[in-house]
Amino acid sequence: MSTKIVDRKPLSFFENSYLPTLVSGLKVTWKHFKKSAIQGKPLTMEYPEQKWVVPQGYRGAPYLVKDQDNNTKCVSCQLCEFVCPPKAIRITPPGPNGAPADRKNAEKSPAEFEINMLRCIFCGLCQEVCPEEAIFLQKDYSLTGESREEMVYGKARLLQLGGIHGGIQKWKHKLEEAKEQEVFPVHAE
Amino acid sequence: MNVFDYLEPTTQFVIFSAVKIALVFGVTMTFVAYAVLAERKISAWIQDRVGPNRTAPPIAKYLPVIGPILVRLGMFQPMADGLKFLLKEDFTPAYVRKIYFWLAPAIAVIPAFLTLAVIPFGSTLGNPENKMVIADLNVGILYTFGVVSLGVYGIVLAGYASNSKYPFLGGIRSSAQMISYEIAMGMSVVAVFMVVGDLNLGAVIQYQAKYGWMVFHQPLAFVIFLISAFAETNRLPFDLPESESELVGGYHTEYSSMKFALFFLGEYAAMISASAMMVTLFFGGWTLPFISEPASSLLGGLLHIAIFIGKLSVLMVVFIWVRWMLPRFRYDQLMDLGWRRFIPLALGNILATAIVLAFISI
Repeated sequence: MSTKIVDRKPLSFFENSYLPTLVSGLKVTWKHFKKSAIQGKPLTMEYPEQKWVVPQGYRGAPYLVKDQDNNTKCVSCQLCEFVCPPKAIRITPPGPNGAPADRKNAEKSPAEFEINMLRCIFCGLCQEVCPEEAIFLQKDYSLTGESREEMVYGKARLLQLGGIHGGIQKWKHKLEEAKEQEVFPVHAE
Repeated sequence: MNVFDYLEPTTQFVIFSAVKIALVFGVTMTFVAYAVLAERKISAWIQDRVGPNRTAPPIAKYLPVIGPILVRLGMFQPMADGLKFLLKEDFTPAYVRKIYFWLAPAIAVIPAFLTLAVIPFGSTLGNPENKMVIADLNVGILYTFGVVSLGVYGIVLAGYASNSKYPFLGGIRSSAQMISYEIAMGMSVVAVFMVVGDLNLGAVIQYQAKYGWMVFHQPLAFVIFLISAFAETNRLPFDLPESESELVGGYHTEYSSMKFALFFLGEYAAMISASAMMVTLFFGGWTLPFISEPASSLLGGLLHIAIFIGKLSVLMVVFIWVRWMLPRFRYDQLMDLGWRRFIPLALGNILATAIVLAFISI
């Protein structure tokens, strides 16, 4: 027998008069009314004006980032384009006679870099695959536009939205590692 | 002396009545619109939300301080709601019984407004011959009950005409419910009129001005009347004819646009007329304990009307508050409450009142 039969006590005359339930109902509604109408603290947020503070590590829209010297990090390797599951990324490489990269340690940078935000599923594979740490999922979750064309974000826009992301500085760390290689004996880690 | 005084008394009466009807109708319609807003706002507050706070016509920008406050309170929302109802597509399903389908909303809305005709909403506007009541009937309450019981036909007809199962169930429920509670309601009022000794609602107010509010003389009658009024107007906890969760929309499932709006309007107008009735019967109408003489000036008359509307608004808030406080009754509980509790209680109340009155007269 897994069923448990609960004894229901017969209601007293007072309880049968609906009065206790009325009073408790009044109490509950008054409590909430007081909170939201009189103290002005409703539970809801007024969305376009107030926005959620998204937690650390939130996977929002992917944007291109610049390094600490304000140079484009992306080297147009097209790994993100290949890995992108919904094929939202489209990179136009600079070609043999294209402009050189604007920073050291890089041969080229993309002529055009487009992310179709209507296709993007915010999976983060581009961020994971990027060898240059040039693309990061950021905190934007509400992207709006008036046309499909507008929702295809170009290179300039992505770089502007992405901002400077100097925190990791892969090439500086590589350089430090390389310098450490010169010192003998090598650190045992 | 003005032009008005040169007319014949009959013409004067007709003009004065027409003006009163237009005013009462206009004020009630506005009141309905803002009752809907109040419903939405109060429900929002009770549910920890904000409620309508966006609707702003272009003029709202030019009101310096008060504009944003009005927008915040949703004061322009009723206009948008009304406009929406007017502009929506009026769809008539192919399978409905057309004549009844068109007739039902009108029948639902008319009785609610007709009831207001006998309510004394103020004393006078200075001239004692022009009472602030559209029809000063000597059988006011009988008229009210006669008209109110017509309201059920609108709903029953809507349920029948829609020719589909949910409206039909809603119609059946409402007819049973309204007929049951009308008995209790009528009986609760009998005791009041036994005390007053007159069926004219103006006389009820005069009595209360002299001896105190009827709610203190007849508290049981008031409780029965209040709860029956909830049932009569199909408000929660007795909104079984509508019950969204089980009957989709009940009797108005198949209705759209202005026809639906008429049902909606009828419900709120019925709430207003029920509240007006309660104010008149139990809360002294336009009087306050220290303002009981009929007004001798225009300002005094307006004050009396303001008092009446104030009391009405309080009762409307009670109606709205209860809706968000109590869950819906089960159908058998509803019938049990009506037939096995309120009717005996009301009968007992009549008996007790009669005995007390007999002792007093001896």
